[in-house]
Amino acid sequence: MNVVFLGATKGIGRAVARKLAERGDRIALIGRDVEDLKRSAADLEALGGSVPATIPCDLLDRATIEPALASAWEALGKVDAVVVTAGLFGTQDALEADADMRDRVLTADFTNTVHVCEASAVRLIEAGGGTLCVLSSVSGDRPRKTAYLYGAAKAGLSFYLEGLDLKYRDAGLKTVLIKPGFIKTGMTEGLPVPPFATVPEAIAPAIVRAIDRGTGVAYVPGIWRFVMLAICSLPKFVMRKLNF
Amino acid sequence: MRSVATPVLPVTRNATATSAATRLSGWGRSPVVEGLERIGEDLERLTRDVSLTRGLGRSYGDSSLPAKGGGTIASTRLADRILAFDPETGVLRAEAGLSLFALNRALLDRGWFTPVSPGTQFVTLGGMVASDVHGKNHHEAGTFGRHVSRLLLRAGSGDIVETGPDVERELFDATVGGMGLTGHILEVEVRLKRVNSPWIWSESETAPDFETLAERLVDAGRSWPYTVAWADLLHPSGRGILVKGRWAEPGEAPTTKFTWPGAVAIPFDMPGWAINPLSMRMFNALYLAKHGRRTRTGIAHPQSFFYPLDAILDWNRAYGSRGFTQYQCVIPKESGVAAAAKFARLVRETGGLPCLVVVKDFGPEGPGVLSFPKPGITFAIDLPVTDVTPGLVARLNDVVAAEGGRVYLTKDAFTSREHFRAMEPRLAAFDDVRRRWDPDRKIRSAQSVRLLGDNE
Repeated sequence: MNVVFLGATKGIGRAVARKLAERGDRIALIGRDVEDLKRSAADLEALGGSVPATIPCDLLDRATIEPALASAWEALGKVDAVVVTAGLFGTQDALEADADMRDRVLTADFTNTVHVCEASAVRLIEAGGGTLCVLSSVSGDRPRKTAYLYGAAKAGLSFYLEGLDLKYRDAGLKTVLIKPGFIKTGMTEGLPVPPFATVPEAIAPAIVRAIDRGTGVAYVPGIWRFVMLAICSLPKFVMRKLNF
Repeated sequence: MRSVATPVLPVTRNATATSAATRLSGWGRSPVVEGLERIGEDLERLTRDVSLTRGLGRSYGDSSLPAKGGGTIASTRLADRILAFDPETGVLRAEAGLSLFALNRALLDRGWFTPVSPGTQFVTLGGMVASDVHGKNHHEAGTFGRHVSRLLLRAGSGDIVETGPDVERELFDATVGGMGLTGHILEVEVRLKRVNSPWIWSESETAPDFETLAERLVDAGRSWPYTVAWADLLHPSGRGILVKGRWAEPGEAPTTKFTWPGAVAIPFDMPGWAINPLSMRMFNALYLAKHGRRTRTGIAHPQSFFYPLDAILDWNRAYGSRGFTQYQCVIPKESGVAAAAKFARLVRETGGLPCLVVVKDFGPEGPGVLSFPKPGITFAIDLPVTDVTPGLVARLNDVVAAEGGRVYLTKDAFTSREHFRAMEPRLAAFDDVRRRWDPDRKIRSAQSVRLLGDNE
């Protein structure tokens, strides 16, 4: 499979990219730090993948998105899937206190991710179809006191991706919306660890399966579908009392 | 026991975790200290202001634990990328947090294996260098450090230094087996070993007493690359099993596709009384009875040959909540097999409840300044921690020091500074290197406070 990958250097993206590399996929890496991309490229190639290009792109700078996708398409020739795992995180307190940080998180996790998806969708549909896999979060399913700013960006992203899937699935674009629960990565380091927390390696196979099958929405690990079903059914007065 | 479906690298379970501080321990779960472990992908940034770097926490005692005033320590777990691999020469360069678990899964099937393997794959390359690990092929291959060609370090001074046997050699030699005290290991370059198949051809036999076992162990090393023995030191004879192995030729290997097995986990702490003289004697007797008296030969999976205990995650919980220690020492070759046998008898008499004791003969000493192995016979003895453990370790250390032997810092939690100094004439050379690269001894551990006199 030929994959354009934004966010393969760290966290869940690293684990997913490794699974793809292990089966010999060709992956064009897009990201902010080209030196870091090259280190990941070496890793993926040692695991059996091939990385024909490492391309600079800053998710906070919209102008870099389209040129990066163009280079990736050119390097791969044909593209089967675009995978977006990049994103920023901020705690609720930090996002309330710091307007600049708020702007960065909302821009990276919602606005510019949407721009990446729009540009990728056009290219994939033009070429006759393909898969667009994007990491959102369970925190976008229901606002909670401790994560509604980050959650709002992810809620917006999930909403957008579901709409994209409704409109363009028939045109050949399979939109795969991944909703990870709490995953222990560098991004979540220092946060209190809730139940069902796991590591990227444990959920990467499920994400690759969702990409291969074109699953519309996938909670990873699967238990989170039921956890969120329960949380979404709680009345508002209960949510006001809860501090999680 | 719960079965773990997806084989994922397990992380040593720490006592409890809060968002602020974590209670950290080594694999032996004793001692436990308060500390803050910082984790991230960028090791260069992570190590800028920490007092120690640890990997998967598989050293048994306090060598990966922060000193009391050590503040934050760094974890290499997420810095685990392969940076270069040459399939012609087998030279691999990787970030220090790459685990042997991941390396085995990535490269064994393609014909490459670590030149030296410890008894678990849940270790990182950085940890393998810091401990200068040895394995069943020590008599032939030496320690891991012998196969390392480059190390990228952040010295205590903050400088980033590339070292190797031909660059900054002094610092390199002190880092190999230096317990992470000479600098934070960022990257490791090592020459892997070519293997003809991922399977092992193994042969094992029983020996009626310790002297015979030790003699056959040394003999076997002349024709086998991998040798090890298990001795039943609870039995008056010190009987045991000798295991030999080599990589299978393609013609001998099974035709089925090679895969790695999963594992099961011990889901709770076993009660402290589960390990007692009777249960251990029975375990040892059953283990030997199961083997039988004949020689067993055949194909073995590398997991069961190199890492039998990796199949049981959290096996350290079998020793109960007080934890355990592994006493590992070497009795020098000059003292002869008789001295080793005498030591084996002492272990039995002191009543330390050793399960099967691992016995291995060491080849020549490597260049690592504080590296553990030296020619002789090594014993690795699991001991549950009780009130008498410090006294027991001291009695064993009296004998080891008198024979000119030494203990393995990676396993140690109870040796006194006096015993350590008596066993370690090389300490001055190690201190010299630290003085040069880390004059304020910013890098330190709970173990270096205990044994090397570093400030808390």
